[in-house]
Amino acid sequence: MTSQPLRDAVPAPSPRAPRRSWRSPGRILMGLFVALACFLSVVPFYLMFVWATLPSDQIFAVPPHLWFGSAIAENFGKMMDATDGFALRQFWNSLYIALLATATTLFFCSLAGFAFAMYDFRGKRAMFTFILLTMLIPPLVMDIPSFLVMNNVLQWIGTPRTLWVPGMANAFGIFLMRQYIVSALPRTLIEAARLDGATEFGIFTRVVLPLIRPILATLGVVTFVGSWNNFKGALIMKLSEDPTMTLPLSLRRITGGATNVNADWGATLMMVVLTVIPLLVIFLFASRQVISGLTSGAVKD
Amino acid sequence: MSDRFSPPRPARSRWTYARAQQRLAPYVFTSPFFILFLVFSLFPLGFSLFLAFHLWNPLDGLGNWRFVGWENFALALGARDQFWTALKNTVWIGLLSGVPQHLVALPLAFVIHQFLRRWQTGVSTVLFLPYITNAVAITIVFGMLYSENLGLLNYLLAQLGLGPVRWLAVPELVPYSVGAVVFWRYVGWNVILYLSGLQAISEDVYEAATVDGASAWQKFWFITLPLLRPMMFYAFTLTIVGNMQLFEEPFIMLGQGGGSGGAGLTSAMHIFNTAFRDLDMGYASAMSWLLFLAIFALSMVNNYLFSRDGGREP
Repeated sequence: MTSQPLRDAVPAPSPRAPRRSWRSPGRILMGLFVALACFLSVVPFYLMFVWATLPSDQIFAVPPHLWFGSAIAENFGKMMDATDGFALRQFWNSLYIALLATATTLFFCSLAGFAFAMYDFRGKRAMFTFILLTMLIPPLVMDIPSFLVMNNVLQWIGTPRTLWVPGMANAFGIFLMRQYIVSALPRTLIEAARLDGATEFGIFTRVVLPLIRPILATLGVVTFVGSWNNFKGALIMKLSEDPTMTLPLSLRRITGGATNVNADWGATLMMVVLTVIPLLVIFLFASRQVISGLTSGAVKD
Repeated sequence: MSDRFSPPRPARSRWTYARAQQRLAPYVFTSPFFILFLVFSLFPLGFSLFLAFHLWNPLDGLGNWRFVGWENFALALGARDQFWTALKNTVWIGLLSGVPQHLVALPLAFVIHQFLRRWQTGVSTVLFLPYITNAVAITIVFGMLYSENLGLLNYLLAQLGLGPVRWLAVPELVPYSVGAVVFWRYVGWNVILYLSGLQAISEDVYEAATVDGASAWQKFWFITLPLLRPMMFYAFTLTIVGNMQLFEEPFIMLGQGGGSGGAGLTSAMHIFNTAFRDLDMGYASAMSWLLFLAIFALSMVNNYLFSRDGGREP
């Protein structure tokens, strides 16, 4: 069924007559196909914003309300009540973990990527291959063992560290950085800085970091989004007290995930929006950067 | 890379601070990864392998485990447990979401690339949106759409004189309802992967085909598909590995038990429940290793399918 538009497209793309071809039924069908995909991608976001502004009893009205209401303040108040006033604290918890994860990941991954890109040292190839191989371990296999280390050895359970420390220097980030630095920075630049008397770490902070801003943005957004959305990790590491809870955990509780008692749909939707807004903001500013950064890595591979 | 065994080695090998820090720098710079890997991955993985052969409740503390040999694995692979059911559910939901994902994403990317190039950035930005969205938040929204009496989907069906459909209550329907969310979240990501693969194909190839009188359909079939194989392999691998670990969508939408009849209980959920609800760490470890083997096997099948009949290795 999905290949239908292509079949119709057969007569369309004649480069000889590009002026007229947009009218052809094949092209219109293809345009509709793409427009439908975009529409369906956006609809759930539109609905969550509309619902978050409706009074709780109108969210499920029949026929459905599809335009914004004026119950924002009311729903916000309900959300605060449903979380015993901790909703914004939980927003901050998620933000705190995501920011720390992002800052540390950027630092350690670019440092290691720089080393793999710009130095020749004994064991380099073996070390890099090893790092790539660790990417083959499915994250799921790590769930139980990392809980056990946090719980029985380090006794970090319930603290934010459990979520940002283990991934500070991760294989994906190092790989991404190394690929970028190899192709973007000439070695002569490093040599020149060295002749000027810079230390190796000085070269990294003063020469390399300013020149790799685009890929820092890519990895930064990916890390931030991954951390912000990390539900399972927080669940396993038991950040489950009101003051330590992250936003996704709180969101699950407010829907009654654990107790099956729903607090309130207005409150729930307000929290859904609160969870999604930072992602949308980042997305507006950096989506192009992230898309090109991520896919260029995939192509070069 | 070629001169990797030649660190600067001046004739007079007198020790200087500058030279020492230059030689040590790469080791220092890469050490955080290895330290973190040792503490948070290698040691835990070994521990989990050890536990797979033991019976242990973490509340009993370290050391208070009992060796049970292959019993955990036998229990998982036997008929008494939900391991097979959960694996079956996982694969089924994975197919229901994964196959349409690529069947839609590939033509979509082709159409965008061939005919709507002017809007490519805008369109891929919009399609990227579902991918970065919070799974918990979006699953709640889908859950509301699926609501039996008051949801938007059943309202629309009612306008056509159909329904109501019990999306989340009929065990046979549950995998479709969950699969739809997964499909929605990842179609755009695959479109973006395929678009970047398409951009890497030289225009000359298409021009030569046009000169030879190839139709759009022929170009898609004989040029695009073969040259896109490496990217397809990559995208398929991501889908397989991701779907086999599916957790958040069914967990949020259906609850810990996987909904009515456990039709939405995936392997990841079953392992999670065994480990953190039943506190049977040894058994859960054994199952996660079995799932790892399953993921590995499926990746190998994928690899085999892509590497035979003359396909270029990615």
